[in-house]
Amino acid sequence: MIRLTTPITEDQIRQLKVGDEVLLNGRVVLSRDMGHKYMKEQKPEWLKPILENMVIYHCGPVVKKHEDGHYSFVAAGPTTSIREEPYQADVIETYKVRGVIGKGGMGKKTSEGLQKTGAVYLHATGGAGSLLAERCKRVVDVKMLEEFGSPEAFWIIEVEDFPLVVTMDSHGGSLHEIVAQQSQERAKALMA
Amino acid sequence: MSECVIPTLTSNEVVASKSVLPAGWKADLKDLKALDLTLPTLELLRRSTSRLPQDVIDALVKGRDAEEEGSRAFNTLNDMVRNIILADGHVTPLCQDTGTIIVWVRHPYGLSQRAAKQQIRAAVAEATKRSWLRPNCVEALSGKNTGTNMDPFHEGHPAVHFEEWDKPEVEIAVMQKGGGCENVGAQYRLPDAALGAGRDIKGVRKCIIDAVVKAQGQGCSPGILGVAIGGDRVSSYEKSKELILRKLGTQNPDPKMDAFEKEITNDLNTLGIGPMGYGGNTTVLGVMAEEMYRHPASFYVSISYMCWSSRRGSITLKTNGEVSFD
Repeated sequence: MIRLTTPITEDQIRQLKVGDEVLLNGRVVLSRDMGHKYMKEQKPEWLKPILENMVIYHCGPVVKKHEDGHYSFVAAGPTTSIREEPYQADVIETYKVRGVIGKGGMGKKTSEGLQKTGAVYLHATGGAGSLLAERCKRVVDVKMLEEFGSPEAFWIIEVEDFPLVVTMDSHGGSLHEIVAQQSQERAKALMA
Repeated sequence: MSECVIPTLTSNEVVASKSVLPAGWKADLKDLKALDLTLPTLELLRRSTSRLPQDVIDALVKGRDAEEEGSRAFNTLNDMVRNIILADGHVTPLCQDTGTIIVWVRHPYGLSQRAAKQQIRAAVAEATKRSWLRPNCVEALSGKNTGTNMDPFHEGHPAVHFEEWDKPEVEIAVMQKGGGCENVGAQYRLPDAALGAGRDIKGVRKCIIDAVVKAQGQGCSPGILGVAIGGDRVSSYEKSKELILRKLGTQNPDPKMDAFEKEITNDLNTLGIGPMGYGGNTTVLGVMAEEMYRHPASFYVSISYMCWSSRRGSITLKTNGEVSFD
């Protein structure tokens, strides 16, 4: 088990390999469909200091607003990452992001982006909304809440021992590609 | 991390004590015009969002126990069981994607569907306010979120289906269908030259294998498949979704389909996709298939993929006033 705390250096990222189990600590920024489209098309400057050497989490949480105005996460598992495939590599490069958390894996373009900038794709267990919300310790801030709505906003949070597996590394390795290839071969045999 | 987690849920007494239905609440079916479904629906949603059906839990445990202890597949299924225990204990959503809300109401003659629909809508809005449901209803083009789970244009969401039946009871069933698994559903039109799939059961089998391979882990495997064979584009998809309401491990009343379901489930579990697409022996928890009518020119195979967190449930309001949950 490897413990990592954000911000993360390129050196640390380059050491990670597919299959490594990671416990992530520190600040993480949530973003999904609307956020990624916005980042690629508008490249907002204000996000640069927030995202540099940080980790993006593909997640649209269930959020509770408390009476004193502060927020907490009630359920916060990963959403399917492949929808961000057209945007992810550019976002990683523009904002020098070191890691992307999601589920289901991503494609070739993202893999190339990970290699070029020095970043990894970290897989969290999909559907484990309660389990993962317990590891989201604090909501630090939220951006674009009004514009995007709660599931799509940039929530900035602090996580503690957030359990992840490296499924795409910065050297071109991808567990998703391996499983896809093997299952396609097996499917061919089943259909023969 | 690799010990077998035992899925012990809170007792029925504790669940009942947290109910939004006041103690001793009784449904009065003698006066259907005055019947209010708001609270029973809200209680149903509270349960469906936080408590997974026992048959789904049993299937996940069976899958875990078939994986090598300590493997990523085993640990992932174990984490799923941990999540089930936590959500139940806290009465919080099992998954942050609380899905599209689909409701089926079956009722005797005399119930006002217009009134019932408004009551169900009120229950969904209240469940959203209580953070049991995420606001999941946005304008298609702008993405603007209504914040309430109410359709911004018409009354399409929550989706409510009504059926009048001969029984005196009222039954409300709900499904919370997540977006990730909805996206990997598929509809085929046979013959399909690319798949080499003809207009027969072998062709249907190829469609199912193809859909599961394309889905990989993206629909949060191990999935549960509803497979409708025939129908038109709409009725076929609709049937495929309804089929997911059936309990895992129950027999298909059609013996041919029952045998087919068992065989295809075994085949799919040799694909090696595994929980979340990490690799492993548990790719699906079950397949529910049904043969429909079709137009001579059309042969559709519609596949709805439900994630492992198959949130569904029903409440029955009986003539003696009692309510039961399933």
